[in-house]
Amino acid sequence: MLNHHQHEPESGLVQSFSILGGDFHHAGHVSTQVKEILKELGIEPGIIRRAAIAAYEAEMNVVMYARKGTFTLQVTPEQVNFTVEDEGPGIPDIELAMQEGYSTATQEMREMGFGAGMGLPNIKKNADRLAITSEVGRGTKLEICLILNQGKRR
Amino acid sequence: MKLREVKELLKAQVIWGDDHLDLEVERAGASDLMSDVLALGKPGMLLITGLANVQSVRTADIIEAKAIVYVRGKRPDQEGIALAQKKGIPLLSTDFLMYQACGVLFNRGLKSVKDE
Repeated sequence: MLNHHQHEPESGLVQSFSILGGDFHHAGHVSTQVKEILKELGIEPGIIRRAAIAAYEAEMNVVMYARKGTFTLQVTPEQVNFTVEDEGPGIPDIELAMQEGYSTATQEMREMGFGAGMGLPNIKKNADRLAITSEVGRGTKLEICLILNQGKRR
Repeated sequence: MKLREVKELLKAQVIWGDDHLDLEVERAGASDLMSDVLALGKPGMLLITGLANVQSVRTADIIEAKAIVYVRGKRPDQEGIALAQKKGIPLLSTDFLMYQACGVLFNRGLKSVKDE
């Protein structure tokens, strides 16, 4: 998808955040901060909203399923990238996990209002690109990309 | 519909946001499942929910909901209220059940998040 002139996108702003698995109390803090940063950078509101939803779903997944994770935000003039990497159980069947309604959530997660099997499909819906790599017993990596200035490019 | 009218129709108490009752909400959605709210919510919506933890406020902020009505007399804890204040999201609480609250607002013409 990158155009020919830009094999290496400028690194732009890069910021990393830690997410602790099982910490439902602070769940969502990272996404809220990321949203604030995107606002300060003057990113288009529609993109901020999509980015915030994708970030929140990804963050909740780490809180719900993993031991810990790192959320890295990168903003270049062309795109907003989130890399969410966790140490956790991994996803045995990514295709199945991408199906709406498929969930392995516990009762505690459901009581928090999450775990309806909508997370990954909703990230895909809100992102321009989503790549998932996972190793069972090791962890999962989500690479989420939202393209900026789409209107101007067309 | 102004938030003030929502408050009156639902006989609701204002938990926080007395100064924000002139805000207009154009559409509403009701769910206890934040996963569904994240998937179906619309900016500017009124969120009607029975889930009173801090995640309800956080979800409202993420999807840019304008206000939250808690049903069945529920109220968020201090942390939820503090977050709502910080984000400028008014919070109401009604003793109505979710079904009643939705019915009343729907009858008065408040659109669903799915309506055009």
